[in-house]
Amino acid sequence: MKVVVDEEKCVAAGQCVVAAMDVFDQRDEDGIVVLLNENPPPELAGEVREAAAVCPALAISIED
Amino acid sequence: MVETETAETKVPEYPGIRAGECPYAPPAELLEQEKPLFRARIWDGSKPWIVTGHAAQREILSDPRVSVNEKLPGFPYPTQAMAETVDHRPLTIFNADGADHVRIRRMMTAPFTRNRMEKLRPAIQQFTDELIDRMLAGPNPADLVTALSLPLPSLMICELLGVPYADHDFFQEHATVAVKREATAEESLAGMQALGGYLTQLLETKMTEPGNDVLSDFAARVKAGELELPDATLLSMVLLIAGHETSANMITLGTAALLENPDQLALLRTTEDPAVVANAVEELLRYLTIPHLGQRRIALEDIEIAGETIQAGDGIIVSLPAGNWDPEAFPEPDKLDLTRAARHHHAFAWGAHQCLGQQLARIELQVVYSTLYRRVPTLRLAVERDELEFKGDSLAYGVYELPVTW
Repeated sequence: MKVVVDEEKCVAAGQCVVAAMDVFDQRDEDGIVVLLNENPPPELAGEVREAAAVCPALAISIED
Repeated sequence: MVETETAETKVPEYPGIRAGECPYAPPAELLEQEKPLFRARIWDGSKPWIVTGHAAQREILSDPRVSVNEKLPGFPYPTQAMAETVDHRPLTIFNADGADHVRIRRMMTAPFTRNRMEKLRPAIQQFTDELIDRMLAGPNPADLVTALSLPLPSLMICELLGVPYADHDFFQEHATVAVKREATAEESLAGMQALGGYLTQLLETKMTEPGNDVLSDFAARVKAGELELPDATLLSMVLLIAGHETSANMITLGTAALLENPDQLALLRTTEDPAVVANAVEELLRYLTIPHLGQRRIALEDIEIAGETIQAGDGIIVSLPAGNWDPEAFPEPDKLDLTRAARHHHAFAWGAHQCLGQQLARIELQVVYSTLYRRVPTLRLAVERDELEFKGDSLAYGVYELPVTW
């Protein structure tokens, strides 16, 4: 799976980190999303989908 | 419910009464409507759209044609006081749209990341334990509101802001005045002014002696010319106001609701799994929905939604408790079920304005709910449930006192 994040839309809610901490982090200066792994392994698919679903800014998209 | 029949439709009054037979349920008239949005009459006679459907709320709260600009004519203010004081409020994250909102919000987000909040967990645990120690050593019955619910969040805001430990009591005293029912308007204002003066001085100190805290972050921005000092004070007060009563009322009402649902309480008291506690917090956030008077918006353009047309200039109120009790999103919503899928609740709202402090709130509540009932396993109400006085009119739902005994 390929994960794409939109930094412009991100509001630093942190919910993606809660859902999938191996895939998403937040940068120090303003908490905006940092994508740790653009192509996470299949076993993380559930968590990544959860992250996309809980993002309030709709800033995470998944391309299969 | 008072209804006024017009030629075409009945228009209900909003917000309706909460604290009916089940004090946690949203007002009945909000749950009884057929469509996910409908007009209702508010305090000033205007008829904004009330959005109660969970899915419709997501559409509205993420639509760029929907504004938080309270200076626009027709904005549906929660109260007359808010309407009358609009010109006294500067631009903040609450009332800024678009690029302004992004700029201001990003000045405040660094301290509130999930990882930074996780690092506060030991301090939250320590403060919680100390407050419980003090409660247990004091008079029995006690008022949970003054013993734990109010002090814990304000202590955490102190930690976050970087208020020195020696000044915690001063901070607490003045922060609490604003939320006390008996406080007069003058007392509340004096409390806020004392706090504001203190924060301004502390900000100045941190310009030359920075620490690792929010006030130091703001002080650095003031020094760099990105932020004016009075605005830095204001933003610090915003953090206090936004994060004090909301979390406090979750602790209080969460305790009341759990005492009424002993099987759920038992689950929380006995689990060793942090994921179970975390999910319990989400369900309690959903079930109680503390910010309950509706998120206020105004349409910038016409919006087609669920077969209705919201017209440019129409007021919009997003009723978070109704969205959180929408049976299409949460089956049997009146059931407190700490194991249900609840992460999609709207207790922190949705969209670009979703609560800045949500991760702090989550960790505070995870700590309190997994500590209080273990430390005080015989905790129970010291009064009958129907003696509790609920704050139906207040922006943050709660009770004035929660007399408990053990």
